[in-house]
Amino acid sequence: MTERRSVSYSIFLYLCAIVLAGFILAPILWLLAMSLSPADQLITKPLQWWPETVDWSRYRHLLSRADNSAGEAFTSALANSVTVSAMAAVASLLVAVPAAWAVSRTPSLGWSLAMVIMTYMLPPVALAVPLYMGLAQLNLLNSVHGLALVYLSILAPFTTWLMKSGFDGIPAEIEAAAAIDGARLSQTLRIITLPLSAPVIATSVLFAFLLAWDEFFYALLFTSDQRSKTLTVAIADLAGGRVTDYGLIATAGVLAALPPLVLGTLLQRALISGLTSGGVKG
Amino acid sequence: MSGSRSTLRAWLLLLPLLIIMTTVIGWPLADTIRLSFTDARLVGTSGEWVGIGNYAAMLSSSRFWSTLATTMWFAVASVSLEMIIGVLAALLVNQSFYGRTLLRALLILPWALPTVVNASLWRLIYNPQYGALNAMLTQLGLADEYQSWLGEPSSALAALIIADTWKNFPLVALIALAALQAVPKEIRAASMVDGAGPIARFRYVVLPYLAGPLMVALVLRTIEAFKVFDIVWVMTRGGPANTTRTLSILVYQEAFSFQRAGAGASLALIIALIVTVLSTVYAVMIRKAAGSAK
Repeated sequence: MTERRSVSYSIFLYLCAIVLAGFILAPILWLLAMSLSPADQLITKPLQWWPETVDWSRYRHLLSRADNSAGEAFTSALANSVTVSAMAAVASLLVAVPAAWAVSRTPSLGWSLAMVIMTYMLPPVALAVPLYMGLAQLNLLNSVHGLALVYLSILAPFTTWLMKSGFDGIPAEIEAAAAIDGARLSQTLRIITLPLSAPVIATSVLFAFLLAWDEFFYALLFTSDQRSKTLTVAIADLAGGRVTDYGLIATAGVLAALPPLVLGTLLQRALISGLTSGGVKG
Repeated sequence: MSGSRSTLRAWLLLLPLLIIMTTVIGWPLADTIRLSFTDARLVGTSGEWVGIGNYAAMLSSSRFWSTLATTMWFAVASVSLEMIIGVLAALLVNQSFYGRTLLRALLILPWALPTVVNASLWRLIYNPQYGALNAMLTQLGLADEYQSWLGEPSSALAALIIADTWKNFPLVALIALAALQAVPKEIRAASMVDGAGPIARFRYVVLPYLAGPLMVALVLRTIEAFKVFDIVWVMTRGGPANTTRTLSILVYQEAFSFQRAGAGASLALIIALIVTVLSTVYAVMIRKAAGSAK
């Protein structure tokens, strides 16, 4: 530090930090507290803020697979979310890697990627009716495959964009040097480019997974029962239904939030640099 | 290697992406444009050509204009709050103090929380009978009785804006923080030697570095806010008395609740047009901001 700070400034700084930490943490801690409080404690007045006895029963309940229970609906939604998000993320990776590399090495094609990214401005409602009718004709309504296909419309532009800025960071000269040494293009890519860009590819595919995990609108429209309903729809059902135990909604929320919270913490730096660099150069 | 051959190869590599994009975006968009000129229903009739009838009816209906006003109010209020709180938070965690690393790590939490979980959480917080907000206000002596925050037309939209701001200000903060870290220490020190006060330092030293990335955050957040659906659907479904009905909710009601696919399509395209115009204006501003920063 080159600056010397007065005591009052330090106090001000720590006060601000405490306010910010409280603002961020209070709702999250409350979600956790609701999920662990005995049901009757959540409807007392004055409200008790922290569970006296920790009650894990809702977690057991939601993760059990008894027939026709809330657990059955929840675990099938969990499985559907994993399946749809993984399928969509892998598929978007398969189309995005070659496209991103091509655009990165052939600047004259930049406009095609710009067009793909422009689709981000389209609200999903502008595509929903034809997609609904199309899926109905293909018999893909209420199917994890149909939903994963639709998710490509969100995931593929995003992963291509992230990966293109990743490939931009690998000098084309390295690839050229390999070509001079007699490597065919497929060899160059396999031996040089893909290993060097592995971190970017991994980051992109995890973010694609999270985008699909978070998606609600298409899932609400295109799924109707346990065969394909995802977690977001299951939680919205719980929150909007006549659930008497609010702790159950909170527990479902905690479980659905765990994967993104863990991945988000791990990937924080990568995403922000991707967003800012890719965004300004556009 | 000849230029034309490598260009051809690039096109081939691009092809799978373009095919997918045409299937899940290009074709549906074209079909939405066609539908918007018909009176098609979601199920049953494929619809008769009605020209610009849907657009004319939509633009002359009071529910369109009230919904547009609600959406704009939501977008302006939540994005402004997110920008202000986000930049202040970034300036704070760019200072050095104990616990700074932890506070930076906490910033990711609201943003990583799934939108539907966030909406359900705030719905519970605002609960009229047992909600945490009511309990906190009465226990602190700030309110006498419990209120139905999401049930009253006067407070529902504000309650949504707060929930949205809490989730999304960290994105602005993290982008702004990355930009702040790019300000060279020497320049900052030089300005202090020259006697610049904190406000002058922010205006002339820090802001040029912040402007470009902040414009990106502004664009992303504004586009998202105009398209908003999830948080509104889970918390209020557009109620009470349609006071939180945003454009995307209105399209859902038209196309899927009332099955008027044609009318819904025309409204969806009006939204797309508004977002495109906004983004174009922003894109020009970004170019200017990026130019002035260098």
